[in-house]
Amino acid sequence: MTETSEARGEILRVNGLRKTFPGVVALDGVDFDLRPGEVHVLLGENGAGKSTLIKMLSGAYQPDDGRIMVDDRETSIRSAQDAQRLGIATIYQEFNLVPQLTVAENLFLGRPPKRFGLVDKRRMTADARELLDRVGVDADPGQQIGTLGIARMQMVEIAKALSLDARVLIMDEPTAVLTTTEVEKLFAIVRQLRDQGVSIVFITHHLEEIPQIGDRVTVLRDGKSVAEVPADTPQEELVRLMVGRSIEQQYPRERSSQGPPLLEVRGLTRRGVFENVSFEVHAGEVVGIAGLVGAGRTEVARAIFGADGYDQGNVLVEGARLRGGDVHAAMEAGLGLVPEDRKGQGLVLGADVQENLGLVTLGRASHGGLVDRAGQRKRAAGIAERLNVRMSGLRQEVRTLSGGNQQKVVIGKWLLADAKVLILDEPTRGIDVGAKVEIYQLVNSLTASGHAVLMISSDLPEVLGMSDRVLVMARGRLAGELDAAEATQDSVMALAVAGVESGTAHDTVGGSNVR
Amino acid sequence: MSADTLQKQAGPSERNGAVRAASRFFAENGALGGLVILVVALSLMSGSFLTVTNLLNVGVQAAVTAILAFGVTFVITTAGIDLSVGAVAALSAVVCAWSATSEGLPWPLALVVALGVGILCGLVNGALITYGKLPPFIATLAMQGVARGLALVISQGSPIALPNSISHLGDTISSYLPVPVIVMVAMGLVTAFVLARTYSGRAMYAIGGNEEAARLSGIKVTRQKLITYALAGGFAAVAGIVLASRLASATPEAASGYELDAIAAVVIGGASLSGGKGTAFGTFVGALILAMLRNGLNLLSVSSFWQQVVIGVVIALAVLLDTLRRRSTN
Ligand SMILES: Nc1ncnc2c1ncn2[C@@H]1O[C@H](COP(=O)(O)OP(=O)(O)OP(=O)(O)O)[C@@H](O)[C@H]1O
Ligand SMILES: [Mg+2]
Repeated sequence: MTETSEARGEILRVNGLRKTFPGVVALDGVDFDLRPGEVHVLLGENGAGKSTLIKMLSGAYQPDDGRIMVDDRETSIRSAQDAQRLGIATIYQEFNLVPQLTVAENLFLGRPPKRFGLVDKRRMTADARELLDRVGVDADPGQQIGTLGIARMQMVEIAKALSLDARVLIMDEPTAVLTTTEVEKLFAIVRQLRDQGVSIVFITHHLEEIPQIGDRVTVLRDGKSVAEVPADTPQEELVRLMVGRSIEQQYPRERSSQGPPLLEVRGLTRRGVFENVSFEVHAGEVVGIAGLVGAGRTEVARAIFGADGYDQGNVLVEGARLRGGDVHAAMEAGLGLVPEDRKGQGLVLGADVQENLGLVTLGRASHGGLVDRAGQRKRAAGIAERLNVRMSGLRQEVRTLSGGNQQKVVIGKWLLADAKVLILDEPTRGIDVGAKVEIYQLVNSLTASGHAVLMISSDLPEVLGMSDRVLVMARGRLAGELDAAEATQDSVMALAVAGVESGTAHDTVGGSNVR
Repeated sequence: MSADTLQKQAGPSERNGAVRAASRFFAENGALGGLVILVVALSLMSGSFLTVTNLLNVGVQAAVTAILAFGVTFVITTAGIDLSVGAVAALSAVVCAWSATSEGLPWPLALVVALGVGILCGLVNGALITYGKLPPFIATLAMQGVARGLALVISQGSPIALPNSISHLGDTISSYLPVPVIVMVAMGLVTAFVLARTYSGRAMYAIGGNEEAARLSGIKVTRQKLITYALAGGFAAVAGIVLASRLASATPEAASGYELDAIAAVVIGGASLSGGKGTAFGTFVGALILAMLRNGLNLLSVSSFWQQVVIGVVIALAVLLDTLRRRSTN
């Protein structure tokens, strides 16, 4: 399988690693090695076993079979403390943050700086600020972490791992929710660490990142390591190794004929968060919203859907005004929202796949208070198959699905809801290339049937590839609007960073179509 | 387990569904194993345990706790807690007896009024928790005081005799079918049905599992919580009437402390106080375990002081085992 030369100094090597869970073989013989000062990318479909592999290196799981060698000595890593002693630090796919605590408290969880036996608050804040500056994230050490939003939580996780001064840094999909700007900052840090001799295991579903940051790639398929190739391997080849077939077109957008406006947002304002946001989404349209982290995109989406309130402005669905702050009314009117934070807002982790997939349609599937369970099961099975959710059955607890498969469940339950206007916030976070195409196809069929999609994504190629129109937000305002034809990486980024000097969006959009 | 895990998956793709359902059944029902062990141990230790009379006795003893616990199951499934059920049971029973005797209401009407009182108490709990944003612990603790106080006020502190027609509810039909046991089983089936089959039941699991996700999925969380606490109140009223009919009189101090037994039964039955888990069957088993333990300790003439110690230890053990099992599967 792997064809590395034994001679080269290795910091870490695993052989024939196996791990089973009730009903699932998660890893079925994985070989993998890591050299000092390299970035080793782990690639594989959702559920291929990437996270399971790294959890055995971080002491979260014990392998059923196989060997782990650190510095050429066979080792067993039984706990997080063991891993820390060996110099292994891990950034998990699902964050390890305590939402109620502050940023600083989270950064130094379990090991706060002490003075006379008491927590030295001042030093903790100062150290936290230094760490935050290092990763370049705009967050206040005293801020409660739950209020940060997914992207900045990710950056805090990265800062936390950096503070451990590890020899081996494992990063499980750190870029899944970051925009280009943050990704670049992260890459600069990673390169710097690599040059200092730190070894990095890097998991990503964004193939274009691999040649930028990686040295070698190990491909996992169905729990087996199937190849080890250099990072400059062409993307098509990587895809073929990963999914066993090639993918024709990553963004198969088929434009539909446009209809009347389904969603109208007029002068939406929440003081201090977003201001005077106005736009329309027409039937048959996919409208993307781009912007930097913290631009207020998620906040606007939640306000439209009634998840949060707003101070001024109106939301109209098919011409009818929507009551603010009322999710149920928004749903009745035909809105849907796939939230960015699947763990906090999207899923009932302790419930099974069927239950989660049926949550949005539960009301509709109930007659006289009784749930049509056969119908719910049939629909759940259908969408799970369509999205290729890798599971042992509809009864599997969602908590035990892989990250990408959890995300498919969040999307799936809303695809079943048949919303007239579906708002997607980071819809493909952590989803592999093959399944993404399937989701895009489903977006196409939504718009073809006269529905509309409003898509927020930090993945700019995705926004550009799938949107008919791109709105760009900066610092809580709409900075501009670009037609699909004129929207490019550069034009969008120019708007996103320029911000809004004049207060009205239109001036900054040189020549683009404005409402 | 909810009734739906028992149900076999249809479809040929789920061939081993039955096997999986069976193993899941036992994995999720540690309490059932405990019950079996308890029965075996007690019948070995005491000759009079495994007799029809005694088992019927256990059933009757379990009935009130079980009915209260069924109601509490709804609440705990939504990650709430209800400390008022014992007091609400007493209040409902007192109202029932008082309206039937002092006020001369026909007995069916008196039952309806009692049920209404229970539901009303539950609705007030729910309103305090949803609209008033009080923590469930506080809201229901307050209700405990209010309900107990009202029961004392109405009864002026002394028991009120129940009319005969109602106290028949405490009888045993043809010497093998105690009515309290029938009521318990019926309420258990209602609970299982509500949890597994109805919109409200499924919503309870979602709310308990992740309230924010439930809200963002369009579930009317406020309304569902009101329903949940109203159900607990209604079940408490039924339990109160069953208890009173066994004694042929409604006592304002009746059922005090029963809320803790009810909560213990729910938790022993595998529900999680953090919500999202809980089944009627588990609760039923939990209530049986508590009743058998009390009964067995009595048969073995263990002093009631020591009984409290033993029951405390059993509750701790049940929850401990449960958390250990959960940790090992994660
Ligand atoms: N605790 C668990 N119990 C049962 N099955 C599990 C558990 N953890 C993981 N699995 C299963 O093991 C398989 C591999 O999961 P893993 O999380 O390693 O995938 P992954 O490669 O990280 O995928 P993704 O790209 O979606 O993050 C999946 O099928 C998953 O459902
Ligand atoms: Mg993963």
